[in-house]
Amino acid sequence: MQQYWKRLADGVELAVTQTDKFKTGLLAVTLTIPLSAASATAGALIPEVLYRGSRNYPDMERLSAAADALYGASLSTGVRQRGESQCVSVLCGFIDDRYALDGSAVLEPSAALMGEVLLDPATQEGVFRRDYLESEGANLADRIQARMNDKRSWAIFRLIQEMCAGEAYAVDKLGEVAQAKAMTAERLWADYQSLCSGAKVTFYYGGAAQPARVEDAVRRFFAPLLTGRTAPVDCLVVPEPKGPVRTVTDAMDVTQGKLAMGFRTGGVTMGSDSYPALLVCNALYGGSANSKLFINVREKMSLCYYASSMLDKIKGLMVVSSGVEFSTFDRTQEAILAQLDTIRRGDFTEDELTAAARTVVCSLRSRQDSQSQLEDDQLTRLLFHDSQEGESLIGAVEAVTADQVVEAAQKLKLDTVYRLTGKEG
Amino acid sequence: MDKLEYAALGQTIYHCVLPNGLNIYVDVRPEYGKQFAFFATRYGGMDLRFRGEDGDWLDTPAGVAHFLEHKSFDTEDGNALQRMAANGVDPNAFTSSSMTGYYFDGVQGFEENLRTLLSFVSVPWFTPESVDKEQGIIAQEIRMGEDDPNDEAYYRLLESMYMNHPIRTRVAGTVESISHITADTLYQCHRAFYRPGNMVLCAAGSIDPQRVADIAGEVLPGEPSSATPTDHGREEPRQVEKQLTRRTMPVSIPLFTLGFKGTPAEKGRGLRQRLVAELTCDVLFGPSAPLYNRLYEQGLLNSSFGSFYSSGPGYAFIVAEGESRDPEQVRREVLEEAARLGTEGIDPAQWERLKKAAYGTMVRHLNSMEDTCIELAEAHFSGEDYLSFPQVFQSIECADAETLLRSWCVEERTALSIIAPEE
Repeated sequence: MQQYWKRLADGVELAVTQTDKFKTGLLAVTLTIPLSAASATAGALIPEVLYRGSRNYPDMERLSAAADALYGASLSTGVRQRGESQCVSVLCGFIDDRYALDGSAVLEPSAALMGEVLLDPATQEGVFRRDYLESEGANLADRIQARMNDKRSWAIFRLIQEMCAGEAYAVDKLGEVAQAKAMTAERLWADYQSLCSGAKVTFYYGGAAQPARVEDAVRRFFAPLLTGRTAPVDCLVVPEPKGPVRTVTDAMDVTQGKLAMGFRTGGVTMGSDSYPALLVCNALYGGSANSKLFINVREKMSLCYYASSMLDKIKGLMVVSSGVEFSTFDRTQEAILAQLDTIRRGDFTEDELTAAARTVVCSLRSRQDSQSQLEDDQLTRLLFHDSQEGESLIGAVEAVTADQVVEAAQKLKLDTVYRLTGKEG
Repeated sequence: MDKLEYAALGQTIYHCVLPNGLNIYVDVRPEYGKQFAFFATRYGGMDLRFRGEDGDWLDTPAGVAHFLEHKSFDTEDGNALQRMAANGVDPNAFTSSSMTGYYFDGVQGFEENLRTLLSFVSVPWFTPESVDKEQGIIAQEIRMGEDDPNDEAYYRLLESMYMNHPIRTRVAGTVESISHITADTLYQCHRAFYRPGNMVLCAAGSIDPQRVADIAGEVLPGEPSSATPTDHGREEPRQVEKQLTRRTMPVSIPLFTLGFKGTPAEKGRGLRQRLVAELTCDVLFGPSAPLYNRLYEQGLLNSSFGSFYSSGPGYAFIVAEGESRDPEQVRREVLEEAARLGTEGIDPAQWERLKKAAYGTMVRHLNSMEDTCIELAEAHFSGEDYLSFPQVFQSIECADAETLLRSWCVEERTALSIIAPEE
C-alpha cells in the first residue's frame, strides 16, 4: 500500500492510497467550511439537492441509471462533521477495471459522473430547481426530527448540545428544521456558489489505479474547482471552557433509560504528544470488551445493558454512553465515575494495559483494510495536517506507559451528564 | 484441503470437511493486515422444535438460541471474551432467525485466538447463577428492542405474514419466554446444535488454510456428527395471515414495513431465487426505477426507503421499508406498479443495466472479509456455492422477475405494518 499526497492548487489537495488489495476504487471530493448555525442548513441541503439530478441526468431515476451502467457504482453525496467544520462530499465506489465484464475503464466515467453531479446541477431560471429544493427541505426537516428515533444516539446528541452549547461543535451538521423548510432556491444557490469558491477542497482516491491517472481524471472533471480560488478558512480547534458539572434530564416515552456523560480531555487532541496515551486510556476505560466499564459496570454489577466510552480526537472529548433501568441512574453514574478513579489511581495491571494497547493497535491496523475508513482517515489528515498516523502512531501506542495512562485519565474532566428517563415516575 | 478457484472474481477458497463433520472454508488474502474467523451453527431464533439425542421431538421457549449466544462466552476458568480481548481482539456474536455466529478479527495471535474461539463455543459452561444474571441483561436488551420502532415494525410484519412458521418469533424471545430458560435448557440445546456436523468455520486473511483445519481438528470433538433435524411447523398457506397491522410509538413520522410473502426456493435453487428476487426489488422499487422516483417526488417516500429479500428453511419474502406520511397509499402504488410490470413486461435495457449493477455490487462486497465469510457460511447451510454468482447471473432472464412479480406481489400475499406517531 503506497501513500501519495499532492497540492493541486491553493486550498486544493489530492491524497491517493494505491493498492490492489480491493476489488474496487473509491474516489471522494470534499468541500469543507466552518460549521456555523447560519450556514449549516445550507451545507446539509446542498448535497441532497445535488443528488436529485444534474444537467445531463436531470432526475434521480436517470442519475441512478447512469450509476447502474457503471456496474452499480455507489454514487453518494452527504455531509459530515469534523470538529468545528462541516464537510460536504461526493463519493463514488466502483469496481476495478479488471472486473468489468466488457473490459472498459470505470474510473474516468465515474469521475465524470461525480464532477457533473457536484459542478453542473439541474437548474431552473439560473438557480436550483424549486421542486427539488422543496422536497429536500422537507426531507431534511424530517431527518432532523427523526434523530430522536434512536434513543442511544439521541442521548449522545443531546449531551453534546448541552455540553458544548455556544461552541460551533454543538451546531447540528444537519442544520435546523425551520431553516430547512424556509430555504429559497436563490439563497441556496448563493450558498452553493460560495461553498464551491471558498471551501477547502480535498480529493481522495483509494484503489489500484496509478496516482498520475487519478490526478488527470481529477484535473479534467473537476477543473472549475482548481482555478481562481480564494485561500480557504483553516479548520479550527477551540480551547476548552471551564465550569461546574451540569446535569440535564429529559423525559420521553421509553422503557429503558439512557445515561450519557461528557468529559473534556484537558486539551489533548490527535496532534498532542499525549494522544497515544489517551487512546490507550479510553480502551482501558470503556473502549473494549476487557475495559473497566464492560467488565465491572456491565458484567459484574449488571447495572446496565451497555456501557462504553468513545473519543472525539479532533475536539478533545470523551463520551460514556450507557443504557440503564430508571431506578439505577444514580448507582450506574457513581460506578462509571468510580471506574475512572481506579485508572487515575493507577489501579490496573500490566496485562490490562497491554490488552488495551493491543485493542487500539488492532483497530488502527484494521482501518487499513477498509476503503471507506481509509477515506475517512485521510480526510481528517488532509484537513488537520494530522501527522500522527499509520505505523508511527501504532509505534507510539505500543510504547505508552502506565504513568502516561494515569496522567491522561487525570486530565479527563467531567463536564455534563445527560439522562433520558421515562415519562411515568 | 481442496482449492476452489473462482477466476472471474480473482478469488481462491480452500475447503475441507473434517472427520467430525465440520465444514471449513478459508479465503486467503495475503495483502490484508487483519485476520477474521467466523464459527457458526445452523441454529437460530426460529429453531424452537428439534429432534433430541433420544429421537424425541423437543419444544423450547423462544429466545434460547440468543440466550445461548450470550452464555457461550462463559468458560469454567473465566470469561473467553476477556481472554481474547487481552490479545487486543474483540470477539462478538449475533443470532439471526436461522443462524448463530461467533467471530473475531485481529492483527496478531490468530492461531491462539482461533483456539479460544473454537473452544469457548464448543465447550458449554452454564451455572444457575450465571443464567439468572443473564436473564436480567437480556431482559434489558429485549426492552431496548421493544423501544426501537424499526424492530417493532419488522416483527409485527412477520407476525402478520406468517401463520405457523416460527420466523414470526422474535429472535431474543420475550421477557416472559426467557424466564423459562434454565441451565439445563441451554445444555440440551448446546448438545443438539453445537456439534461439528451442524456447524461451519470460515476464515479469511493472511493465514495458512491447513493450520486452520489442523487447529479445528485438535480443539473440537472428534466423533462424527451430522446436522440436527428441526421442525418449523405446519405448511404455510400461500397468503398472509393479516394484511394490515398498526400501532403508535414516539416517532416523528410514520414508519412502515411492507412485506410480500414468497415461495421458498427448491433445493439448490436458493442463490438463483435470491438474485431474481433482489433484481425484482431493483426493478419494482429501486432508486433507478420509475415508481420510487414518482413517490419520492410526491413526498410519499424519502431516502430512508429501501428493500431486501430474506429466505431460509421454509420461508422466503421481500420487504420494502421506510418512512411515509401515507404508507397505505405506498402499498396501493406498489401493487399497481407490480401488476403493470407483470403484464406489460420489464424494459429490457433497464433489466440489463440492473443486472450489471447487481453484479458490480456483489463484487464490491467481496472487499469485506466479514461479509464474504458470512455469505460463505449462509450458502453452506443452504447447500449453495455463493461465489458462483457471476454464472448464475448469466442464467437469469427478465421473465424470471416477471413471474415472481405476478406470483408474489399481489394483494393477498402482501402485509403492511405501520408504526404511527402518538397523537
